[in-house]
Amino acid sequence: MASVTIRDVKKAFGSTQVIHGVTVSIDDGEFVVLVGPSGCGKSTLLRMIAGLENITGGEIRIGERVVNNVPPKERDIAMVFQNYALYPHMTVAANMAFSLKLRGAPKAETDERVNRAADILGLKPLLERFPRQLSGGQRQRVAMGRAIVRDPQVFLFDEPLSNLDAKLRVAMRTEIKELHQRLKTTTVYVTHDQIEAMTMADKIVVMHDGIVEQIGTPLDLYDKPENQFVAGFIGSPAMNFLKGQIKANGSAGFTGPNGVRLPLQAAPTNSEGRPAVYGIRPEHFTIADDGAEAEIVVVEPTGSETQVFAKLGGEEVVAVFRERHKFEPGDKVRLKPDPALVHLFDEQTGKRLNA
Amino acid sequence: MADIALDSRAARRPVRDASAWDRLKVNRDWLAVWFMLPAMAFLILFLAYPLGLGIWISFTDAKIGRPGEYIGFENYEWLWEDSIFWLSVFNTLLYTFVASAIKFAVGLYLALLLNENMPFKAILRALVLIPFIVPTVLSALAFWWIFDAQFSIISWSLRHLDLITENINFLGDVNWARGCVIFANIWRGVPFVAITLLAGLQTVQPSLYEAATIDGATKWQMFRHITYPLLTPIIAVVMTFSVLFTFTDFQLIWAMTRGGPVNATHLMATLSYQRAIIAGQLGEGAAISSAMIPFLLAAIMVSWFGLQRRKWQHGEAND
Ligand SMILES: Nc1ncnc2c1ncn2[C@@H]1O[C@H](COP(=O)(O)OP(=O)(O)O)[C@@H](O)[C@H]1O
Ligand SMILES: [Mg+2]
Repeated sequence: MASVTIRDVKKAFGSTQVIHGVTVSIDDGEFVVLVGPSGCGKSTLLRMIAGLENITGGEIRIGERVVNNVPPKERDIAMVFQNYALYPHMTVAANMAFSLKLRGAPKAETDERVNRAADILGLKPLLERFPRQLSGGQRQRVAMGRAIVRDPQVFLFDEPLSNLDAKLRVAMRTEIKELHQRLKTTTVYVTHDQIEAMTMADKIVVMHDGIVEQIGTPLDLYDKPENQFVAGFIGSPAMNFLKGQIKANGSAGFTGPNGVRLPLQAAPTNSEGRPAVYGIRPEHFTIADDGAEAEIVVVEPTGSETQVFAKLGGEEVVAVFRERHKFEPGDKVRLKPDPALVHLFDEQTGKRLNA
Repeated sequence: MADIALDSRAARRPVRDASAWDRLKVNRDWLAVWFMLPAMAFLILFLAYPLGLGIWISFTDAKIGRPGEYIGFENYEWLWEDSIFWLSVFNTLLYTFVASAIKFAVGLYLALLLNENMPFKAILRALVLIPFIVPTVLSALAFWWIFDAQFSIISWSLRHLDLITENINFLGDVNWARGCVIFANIWRGVPFVAITLLAGLQTVQPSLYEAATIDGATKWQMFRHITYPLLTPIIAVVMTFSVLFTFTDFQLIWAMTRGGPVNATHLMATLSYQRAIIAGQLGEGAAISSAMIPFLLAAIMVSWFGLQRRKWQHGEAND
């Protein structure tokens, strides 16, 4: 196992710059998730770690070694691809044994390693099948088996679950996490799905347009997003944003769209009248007499909770309640944001304003 | 079609019981037969009939302008004793085997080369097709000229380089002539093999090579363990066709050597033409042609087994 250090890494395809200086340090044994919208450069970064793309600028280290010019096979990494990339003409066992075979490992050792990996992943009964004879989830497992057999320094995953159906995805999520707890191999995992990132990661790297927006533990990102992008990206349903001005003199507050008064625990210093964005997560609304008046538009119960879409100061917001209210479209309710859980962002830069 | 649609409506009417014929006309299993009828008619008219006729003629003593009578296996008995016929069999096998093997090797090499990323890829791919596009007779004439005893550009160049003192008698010497026609056949046949294999190469998912790179495969190991096995179904198809075309080749030989010198380049096809059309012995020519059938069937059998879907190709698609 090894740490991975990415220092000011840049990547350009021809004249198009797609990664603009990314710095991330990944500790030995850590499970790090790179998350961001499609096209932000997550795969490119991962492929640079793997050695499938060369590095335009900066430096990547695996352990102590700078690997910028080290060919993939000498980096001692294993990668799981989104489409699994299983060799269609080889059995499951041969797929998993392929790297060992190339290395010229003795047959007994190869068999033992393949069997152990098959045991861990429950692939024992499938060893003689061909990839085409497997379901999506089974193929996914074989792809992981192929990585495990190598016993590498670092596992790299590129959206490994996005070809699976929703239910299987949740199951595999847990399985991958368990696997990591068991093997404790340093892992870099790429996904566009923030739920996957939140549930699996020790540390999340949020990327956007080739830069890192924020690095932190899942709860850090949820509780203290450093900017409006991260705030909107992490959490589901997404955070509500309302534009307006901060009221700092007297008791702190926020004047939202159409003069709606919203509560604020404390205003940032020297911010009276400053235009800002007020962020509040759907789950941080309560119904209270001193809340702001809103009109219900749509009610979507999911059983465990109810999502309510409502017009607040003319803007649509989402609120989520665990308790069961009897709401009908057109009803007037008083929605109150929890002042302790409000986020304020600069209107221009999107930077976080409150502590 | 309209017929079927109308009748199915008629069949629903309970006025009269549908006859067996009516039911046959709308039966789902028979529907396939109706749809295949036109194609079958064409195949019978243009493929099966001439083939059958050819085989029939080989059992007669037909000559040009005379229908001939059934003489059993007499033509074949003649051929059995005919050393020129056996020479043509040997020539055909040699020609087919050597040309196909080299076409495969060169075609595969070119396909792999053209599959790499390189500048002017599109133009190079188009260039490779040129020998395939030029009409056979035209390229045969060009080769005839290139290999001419007096004016050969090769002889001329070699003489000017002081490598030889006399012109090489390319098409007049037994071994040279065989080499030359095989060379011309290869030149013509390589594009077909190369372009088809290139198409096959492009169906291999690039991520397989990436996975193999990470698994530590060298370029050669990738070819050996991934490209080649995934290409085998296409190789089987393309080589079957290549063997069939080469075995039945006529134009190139006829334009370059007419089977000479001293029958050294006579293939079964050219010998058949010479006996049947030039000499007028239709029955004997037809017998030579018919004698090709067992060889062709054998080639098809080999590829049939080569072509069978491999075990790994069964089941759902991989993507
Ligand atoms: N081989 C390539 N050539 C040119 N542009 C590329 C190449 N690969 C990726 N890109 C571009 O780089 C950007 C990042 O791609 P990628 O890393 O695949 O994003 P994602 O975060 O969705 O994985 C995209 O805008 C994509 O169009
Ligand atoms: Mg990607």
